[in-house]
Amino acid sequence: MTGLMRFSGRLPGLPLALLLVSLPATAWPQSRPLLIQHANIVTVTNGIIENGSLLIRDGKIAGVGESLLIPDGAQIINATGRYVTPGLIDCHSHIAADAINEGSIPVSSMVGIEDVIDPDDIGIYRALAGGVTTANVLHGSANPIGGKCQVIKLRWGKPASGLIFEGAPPGIKFALGENPKRSNSQPGGRRIDLHPNTRMGVNDVIRQAFADAKHYQSRWKDYEKRKAAGEKRLIPPRRDFELESLVEILEGKRLVHAHCYRADEILALLRLAEEFGFRIQTLQHVLEGYKVAKEIADHGAGASTFSDWWAYKVEAYDAIPHNAAIMVRKGVLVSINSDSAEEIRHLNQEAAKTIKWGGLSEDEALRLVTINPAMQLKIDNRVGSIEPGKDADLVIWDGPPLSNFSKVLTTLVDGEVYFDREKDFEAREQIAKERQTLIEKEKESQKKKKASGSDKPAEEK
Amino acid sequence: MKNHLPRRAFAIASIVAAAGMFPLLRGQDRDDGKVYAIRGATIHTLAGQPIEDGTVIIQGGRITGVGSRIGVPRGAQVVNAQGLHVYPGMLDAFSYVGLTEVGAVSATNDITEKGDFNPHLQAAIAVHPASEHIPVARANGITHAVVAPGGAGLPLGGTGRGTPPVIPGEASLMNLNGWTWEEMLVDPAIGMVLTWPTIDMPRRFNFGPPEDEPSDPSFRKAEEKYEERVAEIETWLEASRHYGRAKQAGSLEAPDSKLEALLPVVEGRQRVIVVANAARAIRNAVAFCQKHKLKMVLAGGAEAWKEKKLLSEKKIPVILGPTQAIPEEEDDPYDKLYSAPGELHEAGIKIAFGSFNSSDSRLLPYEAAMGVPFGLPREEALNAITRNPAEILGIADRFGTVEEGKVANLIVTDGDPLSITTEVRYLFIQGELTPTDNKHQQLYEKYLARP
Repeated sequence: MTGLMRFSGRLPGLPLALLLVSLPATAWPQSRPLLIQHANIVTVTNGIIENGSLLIRDGKIAGVGESLLIPDGAQIINATGRYVTPGLIDCHSHIAADAINEGSIPVSSMVGIEDVIDPDDIGIYRALAGGVTTANVLHGSANPIGGKCQVIKLRWGKPASGLIFEGAPPGIKFALGENPKRSNSQPGGRRIDLHPNTRMGVNDVIRQAFADAKHYQSRWKDYEKRKAAGEKRLIPPRRDFELESLVEILEGKRLVHAHCYRADEILALLRLAEEFGFRIQTLQHVLEGYKVAKEIADHGAGASTFSDWWAYKVEAYDAIPHNAAIMVRKGVLVSINSDSAEEIRHLNQEAAKTIKWGGLSEDEALRLVTINPAMQLKIDNRVGSIEPGKDADLVIWDGPPLSNFSKVLTTLVDGEVYFDREKDFEAREQIAKERQTLIEKEKESQKKKKASGSDKPAEEK
Repeated sequence: MKNHLPRRAFAIASIVAAAGMFPLLRGQDRDDGKVYAIRGATIHTLAGQPIEDGTVIIQGGRITGVGSRIGVPRGAQVVNAQGLHVYPGMLDAFSYVGLTEVGAVSATNDITEKGDFNPHLQAAIAVHPASEHIPVARANGITHAVVAPGGAGLPLGGTGRGTPPVIPGEASLMNLNGWTWEEMLVDPAIGMVLTWPTIDMPRRFNFGPPEDEPSDPSFRKAEEKYEERVAEIETWLEASRHYGRAKQAGSLEAPDSKLEALLPVVEGRQRVIVVANAARAIRNAVAFCQKHKLKMVLAGGAEAWKEKKLLSEKKIPVILGPTQAIPEEEDDPYDKLYSAPGELHEAGIKIAFGSFNSSDSRLLPYEAAMGVPFGLPREEALNAITRNPAEILGIADRFGTVEEGKVANLIVTDGDPLSITTEVRYLFIQGELTPTDNKHQQLYEKYLARP
């Protein structure tokens, strides 16, 4: 909730937890309990319950088991032969954002996605239809230190503020390699002469920014100390929103999600973070992560990668579809992400590819798009598995969730249905009618326009 | 020069020209001298019921025997395929395999030639046999691919910007194995590619240089430009017809490689692979091809479902682009591209799939499979990446099924090749047992073993 922080006039150093307490609790409670029966419940953390029941109350999972008592007035979904999984989580997305890159400066940590959430992006609905319920919406990769990220729930139809995953720790995007070097993007065909221009330069920009942040942090600490000691007529340091975000990183309150490809730049970033005493929360894309999996595991960074994209640029030329599996085997917390409004619609299939490429078990594969990204985003107390007390973010599939012959039937967020295939079919007819009405109306207006000889719309006369 | 070209020289020249200017470009059966017997597998011939515990004999690049009680020839190398499955190798019916290596590095791209009308170019000679993309595609069961010039379907036409050429040249059919492109070659001219012009409205946010911006951004202006383009295609076809008549009359001034290359097209002998996606483009392209009596195959076809009645009536086959793509319109049903293959099939239209890609060619089976939960029969999804494209491209006598006499392009898998978790265990291309090893596998093994 960076916006709240900003307008609360909060000073750096104030514990984040205090602020979170004051946030509204999960809204939209369900008055009527919902019971899903006779389903194959894939809990992710506690195995599969065949022919099981799942009770939802007030937007939360109230119970899971082989058979549950039917509460009074409960709505019942018969899911015989169906599979229920937790809602999928995409650790790297750009849906629901009206702007992505503040690319004019090498450090853009003062800007944040929260300010540009677009709740009308059809990408949200299409992702729901693929079983995704939570997404980490990131800033772009145009700068070594990019803007702040926003974790959202795909509550399609709610206003922007309703999409915010309340209580999710704030994050920020870093980017290494070709993108911040602007190797491939040449707006208007012109090579832009910007620093940085090499991987050395990218690293340097980050190092200098954190040196500045440390200095800024110490000035504030000094001020707070003197103020606490009762010193009068103190002038507080000037607030710097760019450095404030970086101080939050140094204090472990803001999670770094670093876009990276090559092993060398990955290692260099890990060492730089260690030098400044913070941890990289996740390495994003991290296509050569398999080459330095040991170092990533030792640092304690998570890794969020693509299933099988490669060769679209030089730094993706050594990308292999076994990347996720190798990193899992070497002890890294791994997720599979989409980074795409298209791929987000079949993350289950992308996860399944690790069974083929690298030999992960089905259980390990499903974790890559559920509990693992939840842990990476530090929201695993709320989502990522089917456990009593967790949010009722659920997907009902018509077959095994990792099969590419299965499809999503229903997706729930906080126990509410946000996608339902049958309802979708009903809506199609409405949309077709609406479209036809609009076309007729436009034709009518054109006719009138011609008749009146005016080029102004008929309504304006 | 007029009428003074010696008759014999002219005759030779025309033979050369008729063969597409490159008389040496002919795919041939390869023969590594080995005989193979795949034994114990379930054989999905796609030409009838599966054969349990069957045997496939491969000799001289061809399938010489398929059945359940077949003797193994003396000296044959036996591939024990107990519990495994034999399928025809997959055909990527529209790809850029071997024409590009690293998307962002223009020096590695040989997809898009300059000029809007290059019917005399053929993709085959630019296919890089050592491309890392080839073994990667192969490892997932792609045994042959249509390699198309032009870059239609790539972001900004594959050139980084601008629209792809209208007629970029001939697509070539390549086997995905061979030391040289010549050894890979099946047919240098499997179809003339025609990128149907689109009505390009200026993008709302154009960061390009000002010269890219049309001075008048009205729809009418864009439409005029479109009409000019279509008229240009017409002019080329007309010129080629004239050229043909002059040639027949022996009154040709000088050979023209472009008009020569268009002759089989205007004479209706050579199919035209028309890349079009929007419904309007598809309608217009069909009308155009009907008018000029061109043998049309539609490629791309993102909105072919909107024109299924027309396509079915005119019996126009479709090489669909990836199903795992965003629907064209915001208010299109979320699953439109998933359900379209099933709808087209139901409407009686023959469908195949193309990756429209190089590095992602290996995803072909999954693009086809995506149609299955949304209405495409599973067998038809498999047909659409094996026998259908062979039929569409007129090579069904040699490719597409596991039958005696066909080119031995086939795969041995541990399950349904449409399923993501299925592995390709063995691969035969032109009868040669071809390794499934590739750059990815090598890096995997190397770094998994890192201490």
